[in-house]
Amino acid sequence: MDSALAIHRLHFAFTVTFHYIFPQLTMGLALLIVILKTIAIRNNNPHYDQCARFWSKIFAVNFAFGVVTGIPMEFQFGTNWAGFAKSAGGVIGQTLAMEGMYSFFLESTFLGLFLFGEKRLGPRLHWLTAVAVWLGSWLSGYFIIATDAWMQHPVGYTLGPKGEIILKSLSELLLNPWILWQYSHNMTASVVTASFVMAALGAFYLLAKRHEAFGRTFVRTGVIAGLISTLILGFPTGDQQSVMVAKNQPATLAAMEGLFRTEQNGSPLAIAGQPDVEAGKLDNPVEMPYALSFLTTRNWHGKVQGLDQFPKDLWPDNIGLLYFSYHIMVGLGTLLTGLMLWAALELWRGSVWKRTPLLWALMLSFPLPYLATTFGWMTAEIGRQPWLIYGLMRTSSGVSPLVSAGNGLFTLLGFMGMYALLAVLFLFLIWREVEEGPARAELEKPALAHY
Amino acid sequence: MQTIWFILVAVMLAGYVLLDGFDLGAGAIHLIAARLDGERRAVLASIGPVWDGNEVWLLAAGGTLYFAFPPLYAAGFSGFYLALMIVLWLLMLRGMSIELRGHVDSPLWRSFWDGTFSVSSILLAVFYGAALGNVVRGVPLNKDGYFFLPLWTNLQPGPNPGIIDWYTVLTGVAALLVLTVHGALWVMLRTNGEPEMRSRRIAMTLYPAVWGIVIAITAASFAVQPRLWQSFSARPWECAFPFLAVAGLAGIRVALSRRAQLAAFLCSCLFIAGLLLSAAFGLYPTLLPAVTGSGMSLTIGNSSAPAYGLGVGFLWWIPAFLLAAGYTAFIYRHFRGKISSGTH
Ligand code: HDD
Ligand code: HEM
Ligand code: HEM
Repeated sequence: MDSALAIHRLHFAFTVTFHYIFPQLTMGLALLIVILKTIAIRNNNPHYDQCARFWSKIFAVNFAFGVVTGIPMEFQFGTNWAGFAKSAGGVIGQTLAMEGMYSFFLESTFLGLFLFGEKRLGPRLHWLTAVAVWLGSWLSGYFIIATDAWMQHPVGYTLGPKGEIILKSLSELLLNPWILWQYSHNMTASVVTASFVMAALGAFYLLAKRHEAFGRTFVRTGVIAGLISTLILGFPTGDQQSVMVAKNQPATLAAMEGLFRTEQNGSPLAIAGQPDVEAGKLDNPVEMPYALSFLTTRNWHGKVQGLDQFPKDLWPDNIGLLYFSYHIMVGLGTLLTGLMLWAALELWRGSVWKRTPLLWALMLSFPLPYLATTFGWMTAEIGRQPWLIYGLMRTSSGVSPLVSAGNGLFTLLGFMGMYALLAVLFLFLIWREVEEGPARAELEKPALAHY
Repeated sequence: MQTIWFILVAVMLAGYVLLDGFDLGAGAIHLIAARLDGERRAVLASIGPVWDGNEVWLLAAGGTLYFAFPPLYAAGFSGFYLALMIVLWLLMLRGMSIELRGHVDSPLWRSFWDGTFSVSSILLAVFYGAALGNVVRGVPLNKDGYFFLPLWTNLQPGPNPGIIDWYTVLTGVAALLVLTVHGALWVMLRTNGEPEMRSRRIAMTLYPAVWGIVIAITAASFAVQPRLWQSFSARPWECAFPFLAVAGLAGIRVALSRRAQLAAFLCSCLFIAGLLLSAAFGLYPTLLPAVTGSGMSLTIGNSSAPAYGLGVGFLWWIPAFLLAAGYTAFIYRHFRGKISSGTH
């Protein structure tokens, strides 16, 4: 691999992975905060208002980090991926500009009102600002997913005489069938992250015997939302994503599943095993016979194309990482669903507060959805290789032709240094909020005290 | 249609400079205009609820540029790679400084973020000015429409320029001066007591220097970029923009002596908008001039997106813009009025 290309890919992957740590929580948390505030209003219960206020503080810190790390993402399409911007900018520039014009303005306006206006606005208007923040962040998610979906499955374009990509239909771009499942799967995953974080903090307060009333509300809310969202995550959304990949990106699916050979009579699903790409096989495989055929074609004997059906230059270039990313995501998904089922059962029986091992498990498991989400994105993005726009443009022709590997490395290292600093600050600030606890989240500080 | 998108992008960028410009200016004078903790908080509170929204104007301007003129976006962003990355780091540092200062109750923590806030604001203003200088001067575009500029070469604006040369340093310093006065006028408008008086004094002191540097960059620009002559002589109505700028600049002085604080700030807005539009229309229909021969320049003709995209763009862009302008007006109304530095 040409080394400037490698650096630019790493540059984007590193910065986007770091960026997405923050929005995945804010998008899910925005929904949970709306739910808390709705309960507070309907039952006239100030305890829930207090909970919402506390989570708004966590939200605000995450949001600020999401904003500062998001801006470089937008820039990088031009700085590092100029070839891509030049040929596809007329198409994906539309969705990216819409994100800025519609959702970022909405969010930044209403977030200010939401964080600083509770007293002035009164409960109902304040509830409305919470809803606006939630919708704004989910709208951002929609536009960015629409962009990614077009790269996975380009629609609504024609090719010009010199091979330029020309937008033909905006509505096809916005209603790309790929968006439906990618968006719902991804947004559900962000609710999973937020639910686990909420439940984990609740469990922490209960185990540490601090703020126990709040701890119970957090565990209850987190577990109920977590159960619903983990279930939706696997079925239908995750399942439909894989059907979609099987249909439109067959080489990707084969690599994700480690399927090197095409079976005439139904393919097995590999649960474990390590791909040996040179030899074209899985080592020590643990397989469920016929299951892959059933999952992707709904027929136990359906034919699933293996990698042997594709020339090597159409294989994703990092099959090992792709295979493991996918298996880690699905494995964690199964684990997280199991954990939430257990917790929900204990909650229903009213014994969750006494089950110390369960509380420990909830407390310690909050990093897992972050990992699953990151590996999910690695699956999607590495699986798209060697295409930048699937079937249309190779990744190698998308980079900025004149930005050398050395200059790319310089800024990549700069970002790594900067983000290391941001990570330390982030953990420090969140830890302070957790230490301070929900009881002291005041209604509203005077404006000056914020700065 | 290309011309309309050219104007819209120019308006978005000018909107960004006017709005975030006073944030940067407030940062530049932060350490001098506000000395006590309460005063510093007052300065920060004057931009606190709006700076993020102001920054969105940059993102939205970038997005609009991206879909309306993709080859320009590709060329400009990759060519100014190093400068843009430094701008990104400074934007991060600035945002963090504003948001994090109040989180820990320790003088050391606060002084640190006051310092980073001020330094990052000053450097950002200089970089923005230098960026504009680079666009006016032109860049070494190749036949594929790309270029790459190192940070500096021989500091001369000749055929082999760097991001920094004597001309762009001049425009950078000019931007710093102009935005510092702009920010000082904003702080004066939004605070009372000592910060109000000190920022007034800063604005008054720097005012003659702004005249000086505006004359200097005007002369230098015409020397470095002959296209400006051609453009203003071909379309004399464009002289309205420099007139606006001069009127605004003169107005600042009049308003200051009448103690009309809002008027002074608005005159400064007029002045900056006039400057930016003069530069934009001075180059039009070129978007990015090439120093490698004018055949290589990027113009609205050779770098716009195809017609369907530009046309359908209006359908959603115009309502979005009205909404955005509405939000901006709303938030400024909601948070208007003087902020007192209180008892801290
Ligand atoms: C909490 C996080 C999480 C969990 C537990 C799962 N996923 Fe997922 N998955 C994501 C988070 C995620 C994601 C980060 O949200 C992705 C990346 C791209 C996207 O749209 O969603 C994704 C993508 C993604 C893809 C698309 C890959 C591509 O486009 O090439 C498939 C086929 C699945 N998932 C399937 C599943 C299945 C069958 C799961 C079993 C339970 C599962 N995911 C659990
Ligand atoms: C949280 C979300 C995302 C994560 C974690 C993620 C992760 C990655 C990773 C790991 C790569 C490197 C792939 C490789 O080198 O093999 C990559 C590449 C890339 N992704 Fe994403 N991605 C995300 C979202 C997006 C979105 C929404 C877009 C488009 C709007 C996008 C556009 C790209 C581009 C342009 C590249 C570089 C070209 C390439 O290597 O394919 N990504 N991303
Ligand atoms: C799946 C991938 C992504 C999702 C779902 C996502 C979502 C979000 C959300 C919800 C925000 C609001 C801030 C917050 O809530 O913390 C945000 C911020 C931002 N994102 Fe991302 N993002 C993703 C990847 C990207 C990529 C690839 C880009 C590059 C174009 C990008 C650009 C931005 C920018 C510029 C901001 C700052 C917005 C502001 O100032 O309000 N994001 N993102």
